[in-house]
Amino acid sequence: MKKLLTSSLLGAALIAGVAQAQDTEHLRFGVDVPYEPMEYRTPDGDLTGFDIDLGNALCDQINAECEWVVQAWDGIIPGLLARKYDAIMSSMTINDERRQTVLFSDPYIKPPSAFFIPADSSIDTVYPESLRGKTIGVQRGTLQDNYVTDMYGDDAKISRYTTADDLVLDMDAGRVDIAFLDFPVGKSTLLDSKDGSYKTVGGMISEPEKYFGEGFGIAFRPRDKDLAERFDKALATLKENGTYDEIYDKYFKTQQ
Amino acid sequence: MEQLNGWFTELLSGNAIFTANTLNFYWNGLVTTVQLVFLCLLIGIFLAVPLAIGRGSKRPWIKWPIYAYTYVFRGTPLLIQLYLVYYGVVFFDGIQDTIFWVVFKQAFYPALIAFTLNTAAYTTEIFHGAIKNTAKGEIEAARAYGMSKPLMMRRIILPSAFRRALPAYGNEVIFMLHASAVASVVTIMDLTGAAYYVYARFYAPFQAFIFVALIYLCLTFSIMFVFRKLEKRLLAHLRPRGV
Repeated sequence: MKKLLTSSLLGAALIAGVAQAQDTEHLRFGVDVPYEPMEYRTPDGDLTGFDIDLGNALCDQINAECEWVVQAWDGIIPGLLARKYDAIMSSMTINDERRQTVLFSDPYIKPPSAFFIPADSSIDTVYPESLRGKTIGVQRGTLQDNYVTDMYGDDAKISRYTTADDLVLDMDAGRVDIAFLDFPVGKSTLLDSKDGSYKTVGGMISEPEKYFGEGFGIAFRPRDKDLAERFDKALATLKENGTYDEIYDKYFKTQQ
Repeated sequence: MEQLNGWFTELLSGNAIFTANTLNFYWNGLVTTVQLVFLCLLIGIFLAVPLAIGRGSKRPWIKWPIYAYTYVFRGTPLLIQLYLVYYGVVFFDGIQDTIFWVVFKQAFYPALIAFTLNTAAYTTEIFHGAIKNTAKGEIEAARAYGMSKPLMMRRIILPSAFRRALPAYGNEVIFMLHASAVASVVTIMDLTGAAYYVYARFYAPFQAFIFVALIYLCLTFSIMFVFRKLEKRLLAHLRPRGV
């Protein structure tokens, strides 16, 4: 009798313990900083960025407590497999090569590209007709290059630069009418550092997939299928209830 | 002809890289390269003749500035000169509002200016060397005929100097063709620019660059052929007899 009581008590405690552990599940995310605006440190040294905010919101959604582990990029997948953390959320592009070692969530963002123009430019749309005869600057061999070559190649002149710095220099000089860049790159080199003399036009562009890829995903260990599914569900919920848009706007909205 | 056509279509259909579209890129690149090199050589040679004569002048205020010019342009890499002309001019405040901007807004003319200045410097030295090496006897004979200095230059020294300079100048032409590859760094779609484009688009460095290397080889062979013919004609009197 006593024995039975003990074992049932023990069992109850165990169940309670497990239940409690499930309540405050503890998850660790691997992240490589800085990669503005996706993940970087504030001047105080705190981690911030689109990935960090979205990751924390996702954790709230699945009732988990999240911790961020900073890990250099070249060891970020080995670190996941070695259980130093449970997932990677660090602007990782989904591709087939990585799919062989890790399990990806649904894409949570496609890195957007954007057109940049001088603040006093007369360009107000980015239809091929409105860019006819203009000079579009891109970095040679990037997805932006492929995109404008196919979309605007017949109407506009395309200048291809080796580095983004050369392009910015020629934009300052007035040789380039409009630049098509990775939004974060353009933001830091044109919008932020030359305050007020440049603006974006035509909004964020991240479609079609043929040019802009599948997007960034959260990477899990292949056996953690349940966890990945829970994150996919949480992401869908956040997209529905507007939390996702809020975070997106915080990092990617620009004053037009 | 039909067979050839079919063969060509089959050849193109077998690969994803050399489509009509990319071949068009190469063709435009070829046209740009030839234009650029031909123009800079043409202007360069017109600049080089008076400069070469001045380089040999006894007056220091003619001689030394020309020497300084050739020294600077032969002593620095063409790529640096191109960067200075293309990106450097932008740092003159307000150049966008002047008439010069018509020239400097495009990438073609700054490149043409840099290339012309470069080739003119080399050509000046080549011609100067040839003028200096004119046989003493020819000059003495001209003087004995009572020729004035300009007349002597025109009738005796320059014609023979040009002939002697021909092989060295042929080399300079070929060097200039190869050096023009740096034009692609300032967004000019020359042959190398086209190759870069194909390389970046298809991640196929071998096909892209080997193809462009073959085009450069063909161009070089044609230049060599022309100069070989010219030398045969103009330097006929220097060949050993009976060969």
